[in-house]
Amino acid sequence: MDPFLLEALLNGVLLGGVFALPVLGLNLIFGVVDVIWLCYAELVMVGMYAVWFLYTQAGWPLFLAFAICLPLVALLGGLLHVLVVKPLLSAPPINQVLATGGVLFVLQGAATLIFSTDFRSLGVEMPPIELGEVFVSGTKLAAFIAALVGAAVLWAFLKFTYVGTAIRAIARDREVMPLMGVDPRRIYLIASAAGGALAGLAACLLVVQLDVHPFVGLSFGPITFMICVMGGLGNMLGGFLAAFLMGLIVSVGGFYGSTDLSYVVAFLFFILVMFFRPRGLFTR
Amino acid sequence: MSGAGTLELSGIHAGYGDFQALFGVGLHVAPGEAVGVVGPNGAGKTTLLRVISGLIRPTAGTLRFGGQDLAALPAHELPGLGIAHVPENRRLFPHLTVEENLKVGAYTPSARRHFQQRRDHVYTLFPRLKQRRHQLAGTMSGGEQQMCAIGRALMSGPRILLLDEPSAGLAPLVVQQVFELVRRIRQEGLTVLIVEQNVAQVLRIVDRAYVLETGRVAAEGSSAALAEDPVIRRSYLGGH
Repeated sequence: MDPFLLEALLNGVLLGGVFALPVLGLNLIFGVVDVIWLCYAELVMVGMYAVWFLYTQAGWPLFLAFAICLPLVALLGGLLHVLVVKPLLSAPPINQVLATGGVLFVLQGAATLIFSTDFRSLGVEMPPIELGEVFVSGTKLAAFIAALVGAAVLWAFLKFTYVGTAIRAIARDREVMPLMGVDPRRIYLIASAAGGALAGLAACLLVVQLDVHPFVGLSFGPITFMICVMGGLGNMLGGFLAAFLMGLIVSVGGFYGSTDLSYVVAFLFFILVMFFRPRGLFTR
Repeated sequence: MSGAGTLELSGIHAGYGDFQALFGVGLHVAPGEAVGVVGPNGAGKTTLLRVISGLIRPTAGTLRFGGQDLAALPAHELPGLGIAHVPENRRLFPHLTVEENLKVGAYTPSARRHFQQRRDHVYTLFPRLKQRRHQLAGTMSGGEQQMCAIGRALMSGPRILLLDEPSAGLAPLVVQQVFELVRRIRQEGLTVLIVEQNVAQVLRIVDRAYVLETGRVAAEGSSAALAEDPVIRRSYLGGH
């Protein structure tokens, strides 16, 4: 096979791993709380700024900055739930979407005010790794592995803990949960914080690959939502698989055309999926 | 009448929005007793159980368990007090395995500590569930699902078990099995309050029963007395 095509395929898989984290986070929150956080990519942006600031401005070691980023964005997710989503739980869905959309603009505005619109770079790059005939970026490979570890930790949490099992149960039947001794409001808060933690991890993995600026969320937010819908909203496994599919489409599309064109191909594919499988590719 | 684990309701009014389903219902269940609530569809039987487990707030009346006022507590705190409710239509989590369903039933902190012991007990009661522990609950037969729903309720280590129409939608032979299991559970000393349309069957396993009609208690008495009652026989037992 053409080594460049092979490289494109490999990069697609690596890209899919990074898409997967915010997709899992959004699906987790949507499945449990039944609310779409329109500002999810902006939570990732806040995490990216946090890492950038701690590492380049405060001079902290990079991994310490990462270690702070995760709980910080988890806290932010919890706050978003308590301050914005919880008061609107019984409101019409459009109000919930508008409210989290409002937070999106607030976060973008705040980032512009504090950090200006300059592109900020960590300036970290790991040496490329040679795999047979192809080279892959060491940074991308490390980010991919970290994303898989994050997804595995989430899976184990949902599969083996009491709270995780209750989270999977509540996604199907809210009303019966109190009979099990489960306080749904507490599960909502836990899922929101966990969704935030996933955004925090995504921030760590993206900030080493992308320059951060107030509108960086636009470069991966829309495709994240698209992947969620393609995999079936709230369907964790479907979203995970769709993330890799989308990563491959973008990467291989970029190989045959240009990067801009590859996103056009990805969106066209999305539109086709919506025509033929409106409830998602992996919905039975 | 107020013992350590006595359930006492008096003058309970309750409903959904503008629709009132219960009009001053009174009822008591002593520890170790098995009590039935029978009556036609729409008599308010399910509403009554939902009031007891806190899913619906009564608009008037008192509701006590072991002397404690339940009306002041949120529903999710009641399993911790020893009240377990097997809801109408079982309401299992069909996409979780049998064992995961049991795990959700053991969510409260005290239940988590006894998970293995109670799970093994449930598997002794229902060996079929043990065979199917890794199967998705939604793929089992109706009778197996009912056993799983009862098992899930037992995981919280209840003092009183509320059963809502455990025989609904099951084949006659399976109904027999479910009632036999309820009989065994109560022989272990568990207090049982069971709501049923299958009057003939339920009177065989309970000590006493209440007849609920249009949201009011129309009759009450021992199973033997109700089974002999000419009005009950004509209305519910197909007798003459």
